[in-house]
Amino acid sequence: MAGTAIRGRLTWQTATVGVVTDETPSVRTIELQVPDWAGHRAGQHLDVRLTAEDGYTAERSYSIASAPGEPVMITVERLDDGEVSPYLTEELRAGDEIEIRGPIGGYFVWDAADPAPVLLVAGGSGVVPFRSMLRHRERTGASAPVRLLYSARSLPDVIYRTELDKEPDGVEVIYTLTRQQPPDWTGHSGRVNAALLAEVAWPEDQQPASYVCGPTPFVEAVANGLVSLGYPAGQVRTERYGGAGGTS
Amino acid sequence: MMLAMSPVSRGFHGRHREPAADASRIPPGQYATTDFPVLSAGPTPRTPLEKWSFSLRQAGETLRTWSWEEVQDLPAEDVTADIHCVTRWSKLDTRWRAVSIDTLLAQVDHQARFVLAFCDGGYTTNLPLADVTGGQGWLAYSYDGAPLQPEHGGPARLLVPHLYFWKSAKWVRGLDLLAADEPGFWERYGYNNYGDPWREQRYAGD
Amino acid sequence: MTAHEGTASADAALDSSALDGNAIGGLLLEIFGTEMTTALATCATCGSTGQVAQTVVYLQSPGAIMRCRVCGAVLVVVVRREETNCVDLLGLAALEPAPA
Repeated sequence: MAGTAIRGRLTWQTATVGVVTDETPSVRTIELQVPDWAGHRAGQHLDVRLTAEDGYTAERSYSIASAPGEPVMITVERLDDGEVSPYLTEELRAGDEIEIRGPIGGYFVWDAADPAPVLLVAGGSGVVPFRSMLRHRERTGASAPVRLLYSARSLPDVIYRTELDKEPDGVEVIYTLTRQQPPDWTGHSGRVNAALLAEVAWPEDQQPASYVCGPTPFVEAVANGLVSLGYPAGQVRTERYGGAGGTS
Repeated sequence: MMLAMSPVSRGFHGRHREPAADASRIPPGQYATTDFPVLSAGPTPRTPLEKWSFSLRQAGETLRTWSWEEVQDLPAEDVTADIHCVTRWSKLDTRWRAVSIDTLLAQVDHQARFVLAFCDGGYTTNLPLADVTGGQGWLAYSYDGAPLQPEHGGPARLLVPHLYFWKSAKWVRGLDLLAADEPGFWERYGYNNYGDPWREQRYAGD
Repeated sequence: MTAHEGTASADAALDSSALDGNAIGGLLLEIFGTEMTTALATCATCGSTGQVAQTVVYLQSPGAIMRCRVCGAVLVVVVRREETNCVDLLGLAALEPAPA
């Protein structure tokens, strides 16, 4: 069984912003140069702390978008009423310094050595940790079959679309667009429901590893749906993001 | 003036902060906001009005209970108040429709020196009787001209604006009338027992 | 004291502000000096045991609150006071980090 923890710094360290890449009109990927980065596992996250001139601080958590071995990257979605995300997606630029803490997490992680079929269910920006997992799979040549069910508002809202559409061997990506579909759309529409889960989920007797990430109501609905399909509750790994009404 | 222990993040200003027209209305360490942030320690209760009631209790006995309709029939006031949250935001000129705690207490015989507000979801907070009476405390059921929404404490919350807003208990269902003080939820977890924003009494021992 | 609590999970599903133990992984890493999202937490109120990652966490608050997903009872409260974390673990009957 792989080790649970990468022993990095336990507390805040200063990172320098490298390349920033706009993924969609409201989503940006930020590369970070972290001097004492001990490496990370696919699915882990880091915490960001910003400090204003008067000492006011704000902290948020972001999933790491890059695979182990790649430079540290986070992907941030700008929330209209947010406090931190507008700053990270619009103001922050290469050369700026921010404080980070991490890597964090031993629960919502996937190791390339795990042979079990993988089901990844993403709601919106919940796809970020799965991109780390998919890149890790590709970099290590792992062969576990993966299905990513990705729920997004519309096609322009799909993050990493070019990369996901490549669908390397053994990886299937299934989109469902909840608010708006292109005129020639032949994929799924509407929210993830029991029927779509039943279609996409690996049979329970294959003992799949399943991960669900996104806003809390999405995660609750999907996790309950998977349990209804027979997945043992303890084996459905969940990571909930704060969203609208929050203070991100 | 707080020294920043961490490197300053260039260009970061934090939540929309308004320069207050009258800085003397902003207690030390606070900033004015036009938002109304929602803070919560647990799931939002959603008690239907037909199940809701407000009670005054003393020594294990319920002295008086009001149903929702009975509360609506009580004389109410329009209250405009500045509110101050211990998480540092202040919101000026908030408008409420509320029944004075004096009105409710006048209907019972009590020997209280302190109250402990109890709420749906299990939240509690304590106050000296002197701080919820004399026109300083209300049972508020309307905010900004509309029924108080669940995320802001509806159907009704305590409103005691001269203290930090954690004392204005959301989803309040009554007051325990006590002879001796008893700490409530945040008071037990390290916040100040009294909570005067003008003396910056945020934490225990401040 | 009147408590009107439904099943904790059902209530959490209605609340987009309810997160899970992953959200305080960094804070717990700092407090305990080790990864804690896989730690097993036993609720002192109902006795159920689960991973910290599966607890219900509220962060939009004067403090960080971890609640039992089964019964809703408060397990852990962390109040940050300047540079110090005040940690209350009395809602837990046990907290056991996963073996390294």
